[in-house]
Amino acid sequence: MSKFGNLGARLHRGEISYDFIGHRKLWYGISILITITAIVGLAVRGLNMGIDFQGGAVFTTEKTSVSVSQAEEFATDASGHDAVVQKLGNGTLRIQIAGMDTEQSDQIKNELAKDFKVDPESIAADLVGPSWGDQIANKAWQGLAIFMVLVVIYLAIAFEWRMAIAALIALIHDITITVGIYALVGFEVTPGTVIGLLTILGYSLYDTVVVFDSLKEQTKDLTKQTRYTYSEVANRSINGTLVRSINTTVVALLPVAGLLFIGGGFLGAGTLNDISLSLFVGLAAGAYSSIFIATPLVADLKEREPQMRALKKRVLAKRAQAASDDGISDGRGYDAEDATPAVVGPRDQSAPRSRRRPSGKRR
Amino acid sequence: MAAPKKGRSAGAQSKPGRSLALILIAIVGLTGGMFASGHTTPRLGIDLAGGTSITLEAKADQGSAINKANMDTAVEIMNRRVNGLGVSEAEVQTQGDRNIIVNIPKGTNSEEARAQVGTTAKLYFRPVLQREAQGGSADATPSTDPSASASPSGSASPSASPTDKAADKAGDKVSESSSSPSASATSQGRAVTDALKKAPTPSGSSTPKASDSPSASASGDDASAAAKNYATLDCTNPKQRAAAGKDAERGQDTVACGQDGEVWNKFLLGPVDVDGTEVKKAQATFDTQTAAGWRVDMTFTSGGAKKFADVTSKLAQQTSPQNEFAIVLDDDVVSHPYVQTAITGGNAYISGSFTQDEAQSLANMLSYGALPLSFKEQSVTTVTAALGGDQLHAGLLAGAIGLGLVIIYLVAYYRGLSLIAIASLLVSAALTYVLMSLLGPAIGFALNLPAVCGAIVAIGITADSFIVYFERVRDEIREGRTLRPAVERAWPRARRTILVSDFVSFLAAAVLFVVTVGKVQGFAFTLGLTTVLDVVVVFFFTKPLMTLIARRKFFADGHKWSGLDPKSLGAQPPLRRTRRPSGLGAGPVDTKEA
Repeated sequence: MSKFGNLGARLHRGEISYDFIGHRKLWYGISILITITAIVGLAVRGLNMGIDFQGGAVFTTEKTSVSVSQAEEFATDASGHDAVVQKLGNGTLRIQIAGMDTEQSDQIKNELAKDFKVDPESIAADLVGPSWGDQIANKAWQGLAIFMVLVVIYLAIAFEWRMAIAALIALIHDITITVGIYALVGFEVTPGTVIGLLTILGYSLYDTVVVFDSLKEQTKDLTKQTRYTYSEVANRSINGTLVRSINTTVVALLPVAGLLFIGGGFLGAGTLNDISLSLFVGLAAGAYSSIFIATPLVADLKEREPQMRALKKRVLAKRAQAASDDGISDGRGYDAEDATPAVVGPRDQSAPRSRRRPSGKRR
Repeated sequence: MAAPKKGRSAGAQSKPGRSLALILIAIVGLTGGMFASGHTTPRLGIDLAGGTSITLEAKADQGSAINKANMDTAVEIMNRRVNGLGVSEAEVQTQGDRNIIVNIPKGTNSEEARAQVGTTAKLYFRPVLQREAQGGSADATPSTDPSASASPSGSASPSASPTDKAADKAGDKVSESSSSPSASATSQGRAVTDALKKAPTPSGSSTPKASDSPSASASGDDASAAAKNYATLDCTNPKQRAAAGKDAERGQDTVACGQDGEVWNKFLLGPVDVDGTEVKKAQATFDTQTAAGWRVDMTFTSGGAKKFADVTSKLAQQTSPQNEFAIVLDDDVVSHPYVQTAITGGNAYISGSFTQDEAQSLANMLSYGALPLSFKEQSVTTVTAALGGDQLHAGLLAGAIGLGLVIIYLVAYYRGLSLIAIASLLVSAALTYVLMSLLGPAIGFALNLPAVCGAIVAIGITADSFIVYFERVRDEIREGRTLRPAVERAWPRARRTILVSDFVSFLAAAVLFVVTVGKVQGFAFTLGLTTVLDVVVVFFFTKPLMTLIARRKFFADGHKWSGLDPKSLGAQPPLRRTRRPSGLGAGPVDTKEA
């Protein structure tokens, strides 16, 4: 543990760091691959919508001694879908199964009658409409859209538009991955799933905002120095908040993992599983994207700014100078000793032989 | 919640004891309130607790056809009605071609809910031809809303101004939206909205002046059947009341009853002028301009606006009560505002001494009152939980195990510091639980399984705030500071981060709450609540506690187990500030705290 604590210290001092920004193409690639897989999965397999979205069949039995959980089993076996079973006040059972049409419902009715050992006639079958209705699902989407617009505006004001865009892309990335996994695995989409997804919205952005906040702080007076480029500072800022990111992700994932593996393990598939799976995937994706996607994107966007480009020129020029001066170039060729912090350099555009590098590489 | 505030740094931290005392008093007070109110557990949604299931059958009467579109509209309207504020987790769905099932969680007043969905009907605006007050004994008031008990809603100041000739009987007044005279402020009780509550009534008029009612004079069509009915109608008699105006034709005069406080009014009404469906939107708003109280704003469709303009220009020239129009829901007069001037813009508002509930209720009726179909109650039965207790138990067990793991992790990583995190989590959990319990009776809040999961995730969000702060403090220690300055210096930055990121969470919750209905809205409410609590706990508990422990030797000296040991944190000796190895701690220039 103290080693881990030490890790925090060493990250803090920059003794160790991972070059997130430098390797960003790798991570972009991975993300694009996952996203494409998700989209293909979604397009090919579609989502398995639960009864709350598409309606289904409801069977009402006569008074029976079959227990609710038994009935649940029978119904799931007969239909291949999750079933919701409720006992009504008069001792009869109400069994709801998603996505059935009239023909299927007749067949299932017969199977249920066999399982229950009653006459098929004594089971009433009826189709139920979606209790959520398209309207409500649509409203959730509408809310999502409004939220995204507002959050972009907010982030653009609190930070800047580049961060807002990057956060939005990271958010869409998280949602796509989560939805894609649902499509690929074929889990039923219930209101719980949607709610899990909506929780991710907040959390994914929360995480991103924490990293951005540190980024903003660290890059505040960036143009007044010539030691680091934006990308380098961004990278350091990710590394600086890495311990926090790991800790908060672990802390958020542990209870969800508890729900997913313990809750699900004891009970098999069920609502708990649905919700916790979407949460688990979404939280993990959210943590990943704020480090590997959102911040590198910001760096990419920032490096296009004229003043950041100029800064990079100056930094590289200076480094080249230092290197030719004493010929030392270890992994971190800009140790504190190598230069007195040039606080504000006059806009020195006559940088000698400034090789334009594609990114803020620093080794 | 709002954008990060600056310049608030000094106050709170200098007196950590006060903040701690404050929040402890709040917890004790709320917990006391919870036990006093007798609602010691959160109300559970139908998936966890079961409830009442009502089956309604669409009636094939002369009205509109029973088709999918109309059924869907009816479902949406009922959903709005039973969900009131949108957090009660009731479910509404169609069954077969002509049935609607409404599932209401246990603990809701199912009678009330039945009234809301079952006796649904049509909403009309009819001109008042004659009106007369009847009775006024207390027993004639069947419905004081039981769920309103958690927050007092009575005792409005008597308000109708005596110079206003109609005010003491028909306190409601309809005006064009641009002007803003209104009667008076009232108390602001908050209760579950009740779509079928009786007429909003000026509280000042609960002592009726039966004497001045004969002003109502016969108005011409004495000969009509309606007028005859009117003469014999006794609205204090429940049977007669129920029969009054039953199945009235919209083109003909009719009679109806309405309640103003404890007084019954009987009405002779003219033909329907405006349909309820021609109200595009209605909402209760607090009249901030005059601080005069709650009112109901209405927007009409273009057709409705035209008709309403015609009616009001006619009515405005009449004297009381012929200058009134009645809003008739299910043959009951729910409100009978009088008209001062012709209202032509399509926007109008009804003012009077409404309580918030009354205004909300009338607005709901105007917005959602007009169902496209009428329904008959087919069966009412109790249902067991849709998920069964095992899901809840497994969820809670898993949540507890997850929480245990979180605590183990925090202890292992933060050692002594984790005590603060755990204490904060506990405070947060206690507040959440108590508030959820109290909100059950207050606004019909019901907790379903998704919301339970959401609350478990909220552990992560809450813990995030502490971790942000702790890491900041540790960074400060790594810079070579001792604990006390580190705690104070770390706070402004951590506070900013916490506020900015919590604001994003809160924004998500607020947007979803406003835009959506049903379960999503209930969830958004939970999310918003936990976010606000997170801020409250961090500001008023975690931070002051940190300040306090920074004075303890155990922590200040950086004991090995305190989680703040400078050595294991890798602190640099406090050197001259200019020379920091590679300057990596502080950013390119010293940006700390600025």
